[in-house]
Amino acid sequence: MTPHKDNLDIEISLLLDAIYQKHGYDFRQYSQAHIARRVNNRMLITGLKNVTEVHAKVLHDETFAAELLRDLSITVTEMFRDPEFYKSLREKVIPILKTYPFIKIWHAGCSTGEEAYSMSIILKEEGLYDRATIYATDFNQQALNRAKQGIFSNELMKEYTLNYQLSGGKESFSKYYTSSYDNVIMHQSLGKNIVWANHNLVTDSVFAEVQMIFCRNVLIYFDRNLQNKVHSLFNASLIKGGILCLGSKESLRFNNAHTTYNELDSKHKIFKKKY
Amino acid sequence: MQYKAIVIGVSLGGMNAMKVLFASLPSTFSIPIIIVQHIGARSDNMWINFINTTSNLKLKEVREKEKVELGNVYVAPANYHLLVEMDETFSLTIDQRVNFARPSIDVLFESAAAAYKDKLIGIILTGSNKDGAAGVKRIQEYGGLVVVEDPETAESNTMPLAAIATTKPDHILPLKKIVDLLIQLEQNNLAS
Ligand SMILES: C[S@@+](CC[C@H](N)C(=O)[O-])C[C@H]1O[C@@H](n2cnc3c(N)ncnc32)[C@H](O)[C@@H]1O
Repeated sequence: MTPHKDNLDIEISLLLDAIYQKHGYDFRQYSQAHIARRVNNRMLITGLKNVTEVHAKVLHDETFAAELLRDLSITVTEMFRDPEFYKSLREKVIPILKTYPFIKIWHAGCSTGEEAYSMSIILKEEGLYDRATIYATDFNQQALNRAKQGIFSNELMKEYTLNYQLSGGKESFSKYYTSSYDNVIMHQSLGKNIVWANHNLVTDSVFAEVQMIFCRNVLIYFDRNLQNKVHSLFNASLIKGGILCLGSKESLRFNNAHTTYNELDSKHKIFKKKY
Repeated sequence: MQYKAIVIGVSLGGMNAMKVLFASLPSTFSIPIIIVQHIGARSDNMWINFINTTSNLKLKEVREKEKVELGNVYVAPANYHLLVEMDETFSLTIDQRVNFARPSIDVLFESAAAAYKDKLIGIILTGSNKDGAAGVKRIQEYGGLVVVEDPETAESNTMPLAAIATTKPDHILPLKKIVDLLIQLEQNNLAS
């Protein structure tokens, strides 16, 4: 029997080949159900009837292609997302970071920057900010541009403030931003040691040697092979004894990487690289 | 007909409904069940333990990338969408909310419909929103079986009514009868 796939499957896989060849973004090892959903969404918005029409537009219509690429990168994020995780970070990881004269932290898949600003705040409160550099990277340039600006919607601040408090925040959260109309702008000093950079985890190589890597809610979008590939990238970037933080529903269970790390906090997915 | 999976969408009133459902399904029930229950973003899914105190089958939260196995009951984690891949493994995303919900019933149902085609049973239980209505429509388009809790007996009838508005359900039944139907379908499965 020859392997036989659904038409939809075939069309999506051809589309992803086209996106890769034409635009250099490689989504071929992303969760296909997620990709199908995003493509379908774009079809509904633009009134295209099938994936073959999407395929043609991706090749010939730059604006459409840019929109679809943005659709495929989900930028949903929060400040102090999973407050309990940040609490654990303060208690279990900060003492380790304090032992280093210089601290380099890589936020891979930083989206619009909420996580990097959260980290800046913690480092300030723990007296570590001046010896720290945060490399915040994403492959979505639009998200990075927004991150750099540090402007967030006012509506979100209520939730972020609650998250901050639940995470063991020591100050009044409003100390870290200035409100103007519908937005708040994060204080400049918080961005001082953040380096924003475009980096694609699938197609780019090792980024820097660092003491800690955050990659939360990014690997969930990748299949197991790609997860393994990215874990070797992390392994090559992280010093021995360094810290890896994953999202709350992510684990190393299915990855080759599980032998590389000890669990520092299994509930909050904080790992320490073995010596 | 051989059914390979059951997806259940439930919202307001779900705790009672699931208590009834799982107190009555036998421990030998083999078709995998996958549940989206609308729940607060910060919930740690402790309600699963509550259902498990009286359930013969054991409910568990889905783990990213795990394979759908016979005899298991899976629950979507709070604040993540749950999708079924073509190879019958699970994936999670933190995509935008759909119908104000994450996890969303539509997201699970639409992906499961693509993966299981006519081998899927979709069930909409009590709830006070419209999530799931597009999902059961997709299941029906693929030839799967659609079952909706009787709006007359559901604790909250909006979600069943919305599902009935988009599909012609194969069955509209009170909860206890849904259990009987599932047991019968599983028997047919084993016989064929
Ligand atoms: C759901 S957000 C997570 C944001 C943040 N880490 C959090 O947990 O709140 C996922 C981010 O991963 C980024 N991403 C996805 N694929 C990527 C890739 N191949 N390389 C770099 N970033 C990627 C997306 O652009 C998006 O900003």
